[in-house]
Amino acid sequence: MSEKKRLDLEYSQLDSDRMRINVGPQHPSTHGVLRLEVEVDGEIVTEVVPHLGYLHRSFEKHCESMTYQQIIPYIDRMDYISAMNSEWPYVMALEKMLDIKVPEKVEYLRVIVAELNRIANHQIAVATFGLDAGAFTPFLFYFRDREFIIWILEKLSGARLLYNYFRVGGMAADIYNGFREDCLSVIEKVRKTNAEVMDLLIYNRIFIQRTANVGILTPDVAINYACSGPVLRGSGVAYDLRRNEPYSIYDRFDFDIPVGKGEVGVVGDCWNRNMVRMHEMEQSCRIIEQALEQMPMEGDVKANVPRRIKVPKSEVYMRAENPKGEVGFYVVGNGTDKPERLKARGASFVNLSVIPEISKGYMFADLILILGSIDIVLGEVDR
Amino acid sequence: MESTNFVWDLMGRNLGGVLIVISLPLFFVLLYALIAILAELKISAWIQERLGPMRTGPWGILQPVAEVIKLLQKEDITPDQSSKLLYNLAPFIIFTGAYAAFAVIPFSEAFVPADINLGLFYVFAIGSISAMGIVMGGWASNNKYSLMGAMRSVSQLISYEIPAAMAILSVVVLASSMNMQEISRAQGGGFWNWYIFGGPGTWTKIWVVPFTFGLTIIYFIASLAETNRVPFDIPEGESELVAGFHTEYSGMKFAMFFFAEYANMFVVAAVLTTIFLGGWNSPFGDFMQGPWWGSFWFILKSFVVVLFQIWIRWTLPRFRVDQLMYVGWKVLLPLSFVCFMAISLFVMLK
Repeated sequence: MSEKKRLDLEYSQLDSDRMRINVGPQHPSTHGVLRLEVEVDGEIVTEVVPHLGYLHRSFEKHCESMTYQQIIPYIDRMDYISAMNSEWPYVMALEKMLDIKVPEKVEYLRVIVAELNRIANHQIAVATFGLDAGAFTPFLFYFRDREFIIWILEKLSGARLLYNYFRVGGMAADIYNGFREDCLSVIEKVRKTNAEVMDLLIYNRIFIQRTANVGILTPDVAINYACSGPVLRGSGVAYDLRRNEPYSIYDRFDFDIPVGKGEVGVVGDCWNRNMVRMHEMEQSCRIIEQALEQMPMEGDVKANVPRRIKVPKSEVYMRAENPKGEVGFYVVGNGTDKPERLKARGASFVNLSVIPEISKGYMFADLILILGSIDIVLGEVDR
Repeated sequence: MESTNFVWDLMGRNLGGVLIVISLPLFFVLLYALIAILAELKISAWIQERLGPMRTGPWGILQPVAEVIKLLQKEDITPDQSSKLLYNLAPFIIFTGAYAAFAVIPFSEAFVPADINLGLFYVFAIGSISAMGIVMGGWASNNKYSLMGAMRSVSQLISYEIPAAMAILSVVVLASSMNMQEISRAQGGGFWNWYIFGGPGTWTKIWVVPFTFGLTIIYFIASLAETNRVPFDIPEGESELVAGFHTEYSGMKFAMFFFAEYANMFVVAAVLTTIFLGGWNSPFGDFMQGPWWGSFWFILKSFVVVLFQIWIRWTLPRFRVDQLMYVGWKVLLPLSFVCFMAISLFVMLK
């Protein structure tokens, strides 16, 4: 047997097997207690199966035994990174059912706190995405800045993370003296750090190599999987509920819908998804500036609402554009002060379902980046 | 030839002298590791606009000591299904690889633990032993993350040893010696005589300077890869591989990995200092030149290189494993060959 033939034989006898790895639920980069069952061929990912339920708290069933106001703090615990945004569609749904008109000042205050929270959420999203790529410093820059936003929200609501600030027909507390100045100084800081992070991380050659052309989500796949938020807009679909179906007073503001343009890489890859968040922070700053200018500083922040809310037999679905995507609440009333059924649509849950589709064929290290670019929070996935 | 080891002159070549010569670098490594850990903590803090450790001792200077004590107290776990012998051996092999390299590092004109003629070759050979330790540890842990980390580590080491070897070889060609003490001696007389600036010679050396300068940078990049530092820390790759090859290690065995990493950082910095940055020579000719000043300059220069490594670690993201191969084989290797050819040509024509 010639030398070459013998080698061929040896190689064909070599057993090469695919390896199954459990990523999570205790893993530094799964952003919570997510478990991914990953099958790898060497370093190449061949299959991903997300396993959920490690943070399931029976949110929806719980709501059926609580009064409408008691549900609000539970909603905070769904998407705990952007609690202000999540409370809003629920409160709006009840106001629609009860036909309550909230004061003008409340609408502006809601826009401001929601946009502040959107900035805080995107800061964490970009920061942890950078951390997944191995860049530690931008992570701490953003956490330093997020603190200032949290201070404002803390002064308003008394809590740092789970605010419980929205009420049916108003807000829990009025604004404080110097609220306007605080907001303006935070916007300045956000813009300054964003410019810094653009240099340090976003346009870094290594970061571009890592994230561009990775985890490409084409627009039709994104729409088929019902993705929303920056995940959808990163694929180039300019769909934003604040613009396409304006709720509250979003039709009064002038802002752009950033979409992935494929400036680096292709539309729908991790870099573009992440870039949408960077641009959205700037747009949120613009909305806050306009809202602060138009906001009436005098007046009450509570509409005339009875202490005990009894919702008539009716059902309503209210949705809003959250930092992570579209969050909706389907509330069924039965004439008492407790809902008959409450169904929440979590943006993270829907966006997470696209992971197996877009991470096949990439490397194991890319899978972590794809997961980071989707920006999930497990409280909302499992509820 | 006058002796290059004053300790032997002092003690005589008996067992006591040998023991002291052996233990001097060990004390140095331990002391240096504590300082480097503190530097890492503090510099990372300054880069990130934090204060860093402030509570353990004045200005937090006892923080590394506290960390070592913490690691000593921790439970030493050996995973159930692991290969016990290899698992327990791996941290020591890695540390041995890092520590053995100190044997030929010329700290000063008058002190090098072993003045052997194949010094550079020895450093290079003994440095590769740590890769064996990583593979042993990764495989014996019986953990899939560790295994992947170990696999990555080997491929990384092979890819980056060649550009580093080309850089070292170029200096060997210039100095026509592999003895680290001789190479240091050749660069005396001021910083313009260092090999980063083409080595000693007249103004005709000016056209070789870009190549030697490039090789310095190539060696520095390759040395980052050899010590598993960011942006080449994919064997540890904490975001995907948890902690890579040392996922399962705890307590003192983890501390051995930790020390070995810092010792390795110093070794590559010392080699870079010796072959490119003039070794123990003063940058200003005879100013502050001498055996004692020599060790000062050597440690200062090496530490500056270590600080550069720390700075890069806290600034850059991490490469992916295939991109790392690309940089190693398709960028650094051809460039180092070009530099090597140019330098060889220069030496031929001289």
